[in-house]
Amino acid sequence: MLKRLFPHPYLSLTLIALWFMLVNQWKLGSLVMAIILATILPLMTSAWWPDRARVRHPLRLLGYTALVFWDIIVANFQVAYVILFIPRDKVQSRWLTVPLDLKSPEAISLLAGTITMTPGTLSSDMSACGRALLVHALHAPDPDSVRDQIKSRYEARLKRIFE
Amino acid sequence: MILGYALTFMFACIALAFVLNIWRLFTAPTLTDRIVTLDTMAINALALVVLYGIRAGTGLYLEVSVLLALTGFLGTVAYCKFLLRGSIIE
Amino acid sequence: MTPLLQTAVELIVAAGLVGGGFFALVGSWGLIRLPRPMQRLHAPTKATTIGVGAALLASSIGDLPQGGTISIQEWLITLFLLLTAPISALFLAKTLILRGEADPDIPDSGTGQPWATLGQERPDP
Repeated sequence: MLKRLFPHPYLSLTLIALWFMLVNQWKLGSLVMAIILATILPLMTSAWWPDRARVRHPLRLLGYTALVFWDIIVANFQVAYVILFIPRDKVQSRWLTVPLDLKSPEAISLLAGTITMTPGTLSSDMSACGRALLVHALHAPDPDSVRDQIKSRYEARLKRIFE
Repeated sequence: MILGYALTFMFACIALAFVLNIWRLFTAPTLTDRIVTLDTMAINALALVVLYGIRAGTGLYLEVSVLLALTGFLGTVAYCKFLLRGSIIE
Repeated sequence: MTPLLQTAVELIVAAGLVGGGFFALVGSWGLIRLPRPMQRLHAPTKATTIGVGAALLASSIGDLPQGGTISIQEWLITLFLLLTAPISALFLAKTLILRGEADPDIPDSGTGQPWATLGQERPDP
């Protein structure tokens, strides 16, 4: 019963938080509206998202978010350095292939987003079978170390969270 | 006091960024570059609205920036889908 | 709020604004300076997004010195920008690859299947 009323509990919680951010006030009326939305929207969209996302360790997701936020800040200083100080013809851009161990679509899309937002890399495409990502690195003199960093720093953590 | 100077500095930065973007829009070598530029311009416009909101001291402008963020993203995706698939809604 | 704390908050807000302006400018400058199309994608997705993010967070706590509260609507916009930047970057990269404007030395996927954009039958995006 509860499972049928709330097909995606995490989506419902996210919607409540988003509604409070949108109205920017702590009122009881907002909470009622948020709960109405959090009930109706997942029910309406559940036809397009039949599987429930499985998150093994939701709390570890918070730690991962903090890590990614820190890396985004570091990444921006690196990209700014490349743009401002490295001569145009010395920027060594590379394509990398990152083979994936992750299986669930949610984890893979989270990994792709993380790759795009963090140091000097941009996830550009996926293989047709969904087991490898094509990544473009802005300035990578040593492409193997970039791939190893993606796999050990982000993918291993996501694997622990989702699988 | 110091806030006023910082605000003016960022206004100048965003204005200069807009000039660079418009220059890029005219000289871009490929079509995709123009889409990238338009995406950047949408985000810069959002920054301008937020800054104006800070200067005016009201939160009303934030609603505008929510809408700008939405339409800027949707515009970029629509352009790209048009180039990728030949139509936007299939 | 004590005057010292007030000054500290004002300094943080000013630092956010200055840093945001700097990064927004660097993003737009990179768009012009970097020579190859795939490299140009990096500038707006990272630098510009964090530039606006810094300005938004500055705006979020900007009312505190005058006795206001922390406004959380800016967090929503920042979150939205951080979530959508990878998606638009992915779409732009796919467009570049399909139109042949990206660097041509794309490696093999290593799984026996082609890349999704270049494959014969593309799955629905």
